[in-house]
Amino acid sequence: MEKTPFFHALKINEDTCIGCSHCMKICPTEALRVRDGKAVLMPDRCIDCGNCFKVCPTHSIFVEQDDFEAIFNFPVRVALIPSVFMGLFPNDITVSRIYSILKEIGFTHVIETESSIPVYTAAKTRYAAEHPDIRPLISTFCPAIVRLIQVKFPGLTENLIPLRAPIDITAMYIRRKLNHDEGLKDDQIGIFYITPCAAKIAAVKSPVGEEKSLVDGVINMDSLYNRVYHEIKKQGKAYKEVKLPVSQLSADAVLSSLTNGERRLSDARHSYSIDEIHNVIEFLEKIENEEIEDVDFLELRACDQSCPGGILACDNRFLICERVFGRARKIADRERKGEQTKDRELEEERNYLMRNMKVGEIHPRSMLVLDDDITKALEKMKKINEFRARLPQTDCGICGAPTCDALARDIVCDNAELTDCVFIQRNLEARGNMDVHESLQIMEVIWGKDKINDYVKKK
Amino acid sequence: MHLEYKVYEADFVNAGAASSAIKKTLKQLNVNPQIVKRVVVALYEAEVNAIAHAYGGTIYADIEPDKIVLKVEDKGPGIPDIAWAMQEGNSTASPEVRNMGFGAGMGLPNIQKNVDKLNVQSTVGVGTIVEMEVNFV
Repeated sequence: MEKTPFFHALKINEDTCIGCSHCMKICPTEALRVRDGKAVLMPDRCIDCGNCFKVCPTHSIFVEQDDFEAIFNFPVRVALIPSVFMGLFPNDITVSRIYSILKEIGFTHVIETESSIPVYTAAKTRYAAEHPDIRPLISTFCPAIVRLIQVKFPGLTENLIPLRAPIDITAMYIRRKLNHDEGLKDDQIGIFYITPCAAKIAAVKSPVGEEKSLVDGVINMDSLYNRVYHEIKKQGKAYKEVKLPVSQLSADAVLSSLTNGERRLSDARHSYSIDEIHNVIEFLEKIENEEIEDVDFLELRACDQSCPGGILACDNRFLICERVFGRARKIADRERKGEQTKDRELEEERNYLMRNMKVGEIHPRSMLVLDDDITKALEKMKKINEFRARLPQTDCGICGAPTCDALARDIVCDNAELTDCVFIQRNLEARGNMDVHESLQIMEVIWGKDKINDYVKKK
Repeated sequence: MHLEYKVYEADFVNAGAASSAIKKTLKQLNVNPQIVKRVVVALYEAEVNAIAHAYGGTIYADIEPDKIVLKVEDKGPGIPDIAWAMQEGNSTASPEVRNMGFGAGMGLPNIQKNVDKLNVQSTVGVGTIVEMEVNFV
């Protein structure tokens, strides 16, 4: 099992966190606790899904990104941009106009991530044919899903398709093309990925199953949206468009980051496409038990509506989906009329890319393991069951852990005390074994002095 | 560690609850995922057997540092010919049960494939006891 810690893109701003515990309650891997009035992240459990970011009322959970100015460290600056980004803008803003603004603000080249979808799809089909014994195969398109499986479903890591994701394939392509066509050296080229989510950043900064990332930096989609939209506003109504060549994406490629985007391109007999992390967890439980049999392929995405639901895709996800659909419909029209050829993206480098598609083994890194020594683990489990039986099962969160079960586990792992439970405190008080000052002190350790003092003051 | 679960006749809705709970436990004990899978598959089959063929029963699990010992004890019609039932495709399941996707006659053979030790005792008209062991190493 891998022991090196995950890189996390999600960070907590302690200065503004009010310790409200909303994030702790929503986290699908129980990776958050409250201590001293602040949310605390358990790095081994967090999968960077971003649910906490969405519910934080004070925006204290933020996504660390590279400084935009960092692009100017490179003479050649590539914006590697997911087509979801185009879906943030109203229909009258053309793709070509967005490309031209990206070039005005500093990029020298723009390429859409989905350019590599035909190659990616072909590689997946080849992998499926070469490994008929591994079923279901699980897509590694969504990095939060890869991490979810590593920490929560370690038995399914071997079902993950160990291939590069489209962003890496496209990065590999553009780097090679610039090497060849423009004679540029690697260190002259800066490739910057515009991310719709935190998980992609984490995947770029500490790639699973890869030694080194193919991308030089990451820019949050919401911050780039602001820059581009600002330019659009400055151009005003008088703007005269100059048509620029844009990535010749197929309709299939444009749709690929939406839910069902991969499944519809798969030739697997039985496949499912599931979005939203809790839905995915529910389904994987059944897959793990082999309650659902005869499944060939799973497209799993951590966000509702897939990438349009990413925490940095800064518009309503359904609106984004519809705009992306609209673009795909137009392309499909051109494809039908023979004005655009299908699946020809990156054609000239297809063989090279197909040869460099594999990533290393993806290892389990279970968050559930109590102890590497099974005798000790059994001991701990016994204790957990004993503590659990004494807890009220209300999952109220007042102890600073998301559930009574989590508290029982924390106690045994020396991260909490049984007396952190407010029900236990009352009980001890009633029996004369604890006074109100002691229980208040426990509350202070969890929720911070200020919270309790403030409350007293308000009265 | 000792665990017990009850299963009820024809309660297909909850089939798999015991194997899920045991899976969760074994994962926390750092048992090799492939071994966990074998335990879960075998126990799920036995669980469904007790639900589909018998009038319910009890699942007993004892987890030791080196193995899991499982016993599924049901009250039911019993198996008249165990050797026959151990062969793939042989089943006495009712058409109703088959319609639900169970009763393909793969139950006991599938258990056999996934466990290290299997012992089936049955008395017609009384019930069946399926004892299974899976070693962790």
